[in-house]
Amino acid sequence: MYKYDAIDRQLILDRVEQFRDQVNRWQAGELTDDEFRPLRLQNGLYIQRHAPMFRIAVPYGMLNSAQLRKLAHVARQYDRGYGHFTTRHNLQLNWPKLTDVPDILAELAEVDLHAIQTSGNCIRNITTDQFAGVAADEIIDPRPLAEILRQWSTFHPEFAFLPRKFKFAISGTEEDRAVTWFHDIGLHLKVVDGVTGFTVIVGGGLGRTPIRGQVVREFLPWQHILSYCEAILRVYNRFGRRDNAYKARIKILVQALGVEEFAKLVEAEWAHAKDGPATITQAEYERVAAHFGAPTYETISTVDADYQAKIVEEKAFARWVERNTHAHKVDGYAAVTLSLKPHGVAPGDITSEQMEVVADLADRYSFGELRISHEQNVILADVKLADLYTVWQQAKAAGLATPNIGLLTSIICCPGGDFCDLANAKSIPIATAIQQRFDDLDYLFDIGEIDLNISGCMNACGHHHVGHIGVLGVDKNNDEFYQVTLGGRQGNDAKLGKVIGPSFSAGEMPDVVEKIIQVYLENRHPDERFIDTFDRIGIDPFKNRVYEGRAHGKAKAAQKEAA
Amino acid sequence: MAQLIKQGALAADTWTTLTLAEEARPESVALPAGDVIFPLAVWLARKNEIVSCHKRIGLLLQPDDKVEEIAADLEYFVVIAINFPKFVDGRGYSTAALLRQRYHYQGELRAVGDVLHDQLFFMKRVGFDSYALKDGKNAVYAIDQGFSPFSATYQGSTDQPEPHFRRRTA
Ligand code: HEM
Ligand code: SF4
Repeated sequence: MYKYDAIDRQLILDRVEQFRDQVNRWQAGELTDDEFRPLRLQNGLYIQRHAPMFRIAVPYGMLNSAQLRKLAHVARQYDRGYGHFTTRHNLQLNWPKLTDVPDILAELAEVDLHAIQTSGNCIRNITTDQFAGVAADEIIDPRPLAEILRQWSTFHPEFAFLPRKFKFAISGTEEDRAVTWFHDIGLHLKVVDGVTGFTVIVGGGLGRTPIRGQVVREFLPWQHILSYCEAILRVYNRFGRRDNAYKARIKILVQALGVEEFAKLVEAEWAHAKDGPATITQAEYERVAAHFGAPTYETISTVDADYQAKIVEEKAFARWVERNTHAHKVDGYAAVTLSLKPHGVAPGDITSEQMEVVADLADRYSFGELRISHEQNVILADVKLADLYTVWQQAKAAGLATPNIGLLTSIICCPGGDFCDLANAKSIPIATAIQQRFDDLDYLFDIGEIDLNISGCMNACGHHHVGHIGVLGVDKNNDEFYQVTLGGRQGNDAKLGKVIGPSFSAGEMPDVVEKIIQVYLENRHPDERFIDTFDRIGIDPFKNRVYEGRAHGKAKAAQKEAA
Repeated sequence: MAQLIKQGALAADTWTTLTLAEEARPESVALPAGDVIFPLAVWLARKNEIVSCHKRIGLLLQPDDKVEEIAADLEYFVVIAINFPKFVDGRGYSTAALLRQRYHYQGELRAVGDVLHDQLFFMKRVGFDSYALKDGKNAVYAIDQGFSPFSATYQGSTDQPEPHFRRRTA
């Protein structure tokens, strides 16, 4: 993975001192709260329900074991011994003291970690595919260009005060695993007539106005990506709305102008910058790409006999291999997903002890590196098949081997009402209740692949719109209710789910999910996943079952009764 | 009064800025004598008049004013002031970048309005060379620290058009 040079490192150290100085000036009353807020946000520091919340960047999801150990230490020393991996490759701490943050940043800087632009109205951490570099379906490794984009976006002087936050996702595979259709800029790497480049998508986003992005340029040779993004950002910075925070994302500008008109403005702007100094040189690409070279894989031509035997002997191991490993482009290797979705724990949470176990596993079995996925799990990308059994045992002992990746209980969930000031409703207890209801592994495996995503409000941090089943916390007369959508999805055919009908009380949710699953099980053809059955039979059978015998206002009554 | 920072020091401000009162119209407002910074609307409405009676002319741009409208007039201006009504409104950075990079404006480029310590580095990079620091803020400390929080820059901008990767030796 990318190793910081003297300059990269110096900038992070400069940032620590800058932030320390900002905190001092704020404490001395030289910066008002309003003046300090955007500055602390650009360092990932929110003030939330219980305490400040602090977001540490994991650029394009890559970490090494030393960095993870440092995160474990920071969580233990300055917080309550755990952290939360988010859907955008960041680690969030929920209880640090604001005045400790400069010291936390200084500790993080020792291992080249930082919180630069993890929040605020600026270019945020760039996300990508958790299997970048090892996926069997990869066309081009997106990480060198993600790193080049990271550097370009860091402290960009023209774009530090955008109308609203700005998120990039970049994908280099056949099957998009980076939700590129729902980012401010989504980039698809591809090769056309022997030339490597991008399809550039703009104006996607979830949140309260969920919109699928649109293609602003079908093909852009890779050398031009910085100047082209600069053109997009300049158009957005000048013309994006600033009168209303809910209408300030680039998606609203693209909708208002229409993508053709928007593209015209961008192309006109770009015409001035094309082939200028921002054009990426071959030398720079090669310099950065060299950091992402393949590790020293062994040549393995036969499948390990012990491994094969264990698969046959131990069903639990076989299940874990089935769900939690992913095809690798090198024979004899697999990518392993360590599940942060054990039943009964907030999705994405990880303790300091678990981080240390993962760091050890990475050192011993996966070249000392790991990745964070937007599904809030941890990936060991390069594990030998012959080591899988040991990795499984050690992961299991640490509570990291729930074999539920892609299954119903591998829920994406935001912090919700337990932590977040903006929440309409709690989300973690809903996730936990559903996990408890579907605790039987045979049943879970029988149901098969399904994405269940939960957000505590329409800001959609839990990606509910793109869950096959989406759950959204809504507020009805100060009570917490949940609206359910069906048929959303990520990937190449990404689309938004449809609302099934009136919302439900918290207590009803496990039943509602159970009924939806029953309709699927009754109707499915062999080998049909939930989403395929849904596409074939439509929303009505689900709707009918869920609302069977249920009069309007029933949720409210049920809630009263329970209270 | 804002505190004008120029060339790394506090400087006296010799300019007055014409502000249009609520009922005043650009076409009819009285044009004061001396070194005056005119709002864009007044410049556009009264260009000939201003040019005939003022030697040194200043222009004030608001965040939603389009530089394209005065791109052909730049030779008239000794100073262009770009207003930041709130410091989180970042449109002025693009305005400044366009003036310097695309239209090659050579005169003084001044940041006015809600100009604070932590913006100075960004402002300098996109091409400002004078800064009306907000009243009540510590100008000495801003001059000492505000322009140089970072010892290097990755991306090109007005002050250094070449991105870092083109300046690497190794
Ligand atoms: C508890 C603290 C949090 C607060 C106050 C918060 C607030 C928000 C807000 C206001 C938005 C909408 C912004 C907009 O549409 O312009 C948003 C979007 C988002 N948040 Fe959070 N968030 C929090 C935690 C998280 C966590 C823990 C995650 C990851 C699990 C997350 C992931 C996201 C994502 C992916 C979006 C983008 C949705 C989109 O495309 O518009 N957030 N957040
Ligand atoms: S979706 Fe809403 S409730 Fe959940 S973290 Fe985001 S802002 Fe908070």
